[in-house]
Amino acid sequence: MEEFIPEEYDVLRNAELCIACRVCERQCSNEVHKFDKDLNRMIADSAKCVNCHRCVSLCPTHALKIVKNPDTFRENYNWPSQAMKEIYRQANSGGVLLSSMGNPNEYPVYFNKILVNASQVTNPPIDPLREPMETVVYLGKKDVEMKRDINGRLVDTMPPQLKLSVPVMFSAMSYGSISYNAHEALARAAEELGIYYNTGEGGLHRDFYKYSKNTIVQVASGRFGVHSEYLSAAAAIEIKMGQGAKPGIGGHLPGMKISDEVSKTRMIPKGIDAISPAPHHDIYSIEDLRQLIYTIKEATAYSKPVIVKVAAVHNVAAIASGIARSGADIIAIDGFRGGTGAAPTRIRDNVGIPIELALAQVDERLRQEGIRDNVSIVVAGSVHSSADVVKAIALGADACYIGTAALLALGCHLCRSCHTGKCNWGIATQREDLVKRLNPDIGYKRLVNLVTAWGHEIQEMMGGMGINSIEALKGNRLMLRGVGLNETELRILGIKHAGE
Amino acid sequence: MFLNDMNLKNAPLEGEVRIPSGCAVSAIIDRSGKKMTGERIIRSIATMHDRSNGLGGGFAGYGIYPDYKEYYAFHLFYNDFQSKKETEDFLIQHFEVVYSSEMKTRKMKKITNEPLIYRYFLYPLSKRLANSLLGEEQYVVKCVNKINAEINGAFVFSSGKDMGIFKGVGFPEDIGKFYLLDEEYEGYSWTAHGRYPTNTPGWWGGAHPFGLLDYSVVHNGEISSYDANRRYIEMFGYKCSLQTDTEVITYVIDYLIRVKKLTLQEVAKVISASFWSTIDEKSEEEQRQEIFLRKAFPSLLITGPFSIIFGFTGGIMALNDRLKLRSMVCAEKGDIAYVSSEECGIRVIEPDVDKIFSPAGGQPIVYTLKEGGSL
Repeated sequence: MEEFIPEEYDVLRNAELCIACRVCERQCSNEVHKFDKDLNRMIADSAKCVNCHRCVSLCPTHALKIVKNPDTFRENYNWPSQAMKEIYRQANSGGVLLSSMGNPNEYPVYFNKILVNASQVTNPPIDPLREPMETVVYLGKKDVEMKRDINGRLVDTMPPQLKLSVPVMFSAMSYGSISYNAHEALARAAEELGIYYNTGEGGLHRDFYKYSKNTIVQVASGRFGVHSEYLSAAAAIEIKMGQGAKPGIGGHLPGMKISDEVSKTRMIPKGIDAISPAPHHDIYSIEDLRQLIYTIKEATAYSKPVIVKVAAVHNVAAIASGIARSGADIIAIDGFRGGTGAAPTRIRDNVGIPIELALAQVDERLRQEGIRDNVSIVVAGSVHSSADVVKAIALGADACYIGTAALLALGCHLCRSCHTGKCNWGIATQREDLVKRLNPDIGYKRLVNLVTAWGHEIQEMMGGMGINSIEALKGNRLMLRGVGLNETELRILGIKHAGE
Repeated sequence: MFLNDMNLKNAPLEGEVRIPSGCAVSAIIDRSGKKMTGERIIRSIATMHDRSNGLGGGFAGYGIYPDYKEYYAFHLFYNDFQSKKETEDFLIQHFEVVYSSEMKTRKMKKITNEPLIYRYFLYPLSKRLANSLLGEEQYVVKCVNKINAEINGAFVFSSGKDMGIFKGVGFPEDIGKFYLLDEEYEGYSWTAHGRYPTNTPGWWGGAHPFGLLDYSVVHNGEISSYDANRRYIEMFGYKCSLQTDTEVITYVIDYLIRVKKLTLQEVAKVISASFWSTIDEKSEEEQRQEIFLRKAFPSLLITGPFSIIFGFTGGIMALNDRLKLRSMVCAEKGDIAYVSSEECGIRVIEPDVDKIFSPAGGQPIVYTLKEGGSL
């Protein structure tokens, strides 16, 4: 009854170069490669290949290539082969299709249609190599009363803030969905960079409490790993209401990824799928959210900012307005391109809206209502580069979360097979033999390199605009122009077209 | 509206486009309160002729209306008698008009296409004021905004007490003489502005100083934080309709002083904040104050080049951007203090100063009357 589905990729081996060292065989957790004794050479089963490039990267003679399988069904614009294959898979299995990482489909990427300004003549660009160029950001509520002591000096009435050396943080990725070593790399990098990483809904491993000053802990609908020590340890607490890759549904951690340690950290049984509910069952409305925010604030003596993370959905501006009036200090908005360790394909590919539009609308709405100061805004969902960070901040964000970009720095090759738990790069797996492939000493350094490089680039772009502090870039939409965008898109983004 | 000859008729009007400008600024204050005519300030700004391009000049004088110092002095530009009538009907409904007249001007070849220019001394009608549930100043500001936004062809360009703004299209020294500032007015403090816009329709209302009640701002520079500042300050009811730096800077200062009750020194630490690295080197107390202000008002930090002179009842404040990307010099001679874009603007009227210095970026220089200014 199983329909044969042609493989996506062909593994090509250059027989002249291959020395049959069998590295590829040892490295492939999908068991693509094997040495055939009868033939006395390496062979490959391309049907198992996910195109993670592990073998290609490690082949000492560069004998391997992964190419798109040229085999095609009869060409049909209306029924592309991907759609047909998915039908076959579902007819084979009767199941919901699962996918990993962000929405890969051909929707517009608005960041790529926005251009940044620079100074010429009437005001000078500023050279970050020769002048101070400030990228420090404080996240949290800003609307404070001015109070003075008896000497007339201003009293510091600021609610708790997160201080970032650059407006970039590592977004929520749970221990469980990613490995111990990946978490260690993120935590150490955040500490060295003076930024924050985020535990996701997987709890905080005992070993990582020492990085808690740079840790944002998450409280999600499954409440996995949440206890008072966990809350007290954190720099900030994030209530996860939604995720860009899968708005409207909860998380799903396959049982095979729930090892002893993951089980202990999450406080859930080993080996059984962990499915967090779609809603928080104590939050069916905005007033319920307010109660959870204040419950957490009470539990932590009002000493930590509370972040509320939502997926970018159609009415995100109204939702953000509600959150800004509910006691949250920071709103995190996750766009429809945001990554995931596992999500139903249909949801990942069809639900939610682009982060650029969501951000522009949330920022504008909060300003219209005069409550932009109530909260900081952090955006996520495919921030590809420092240029995207600059554009996001000029649209109105206070900072960005990066997830996929951070994983790429750790070695991820975006094969989008995290849900299988067999990540050859030691990132999205709990298999010990695979996890140890990711060396946290190297991984953390690569993350530090990435964010440091972005920091330099952000400074260069700011300097070009004649801006020497990131504060003066925030919401500075005159610094942006759209290219190839229609009037509705420009209106929603609140920017002019290039040439205007 | 008050279009100048040199304007191309199809160019956008002021306020329809954002207009950056280079400029010259200058100020004199006699801290003893002794009054002087506008003759010296005109000479000062005239020396920096090449910093303007004839598309705007203006002055603010403080202490110039001693006989009417309890009343709001409105200066208005009108396109025509229709807009004048509409405005006067509005004024009568909202204010007690104590005195009104056409502004005395001197006909000059270099000043052309001037609008009708009128002056009114006003006081809010008490019943109207009470019914509005607004403070007196808010009420006046609201009325000014209403005239400027809703009466086509009318523009209030000065609205403070015992002070006045005089401006127009032309070189500043000609504008000064046009308004007879060298003969008709005596004030304890004067500020001046010569404009070098890179794109302007040459509108009289678009010249500087920009005023809000008794606050006036003259500014040289082009700020890079404009839209960040504008979008933030517009949350609090200000509307940046002219799209100029000077306008947004005035609103930012007004918000910080009038609404947030900050001192001038604190205002400087917000809009021209010390670098984090500089703050690190300060005393613990100063660090606490400055970090607090930067955390509380990040969106009011102004970046890019500027030198501003902020005028208020009883004083002036001179301030540069944090990197000092625009020149500005201060000097003192006895009770008299001078501020100017270039030293020549001071030397020409006072060659023999007691002290002359260039304030550092972000270092506010405040001169107030000895008996105390209002701030």
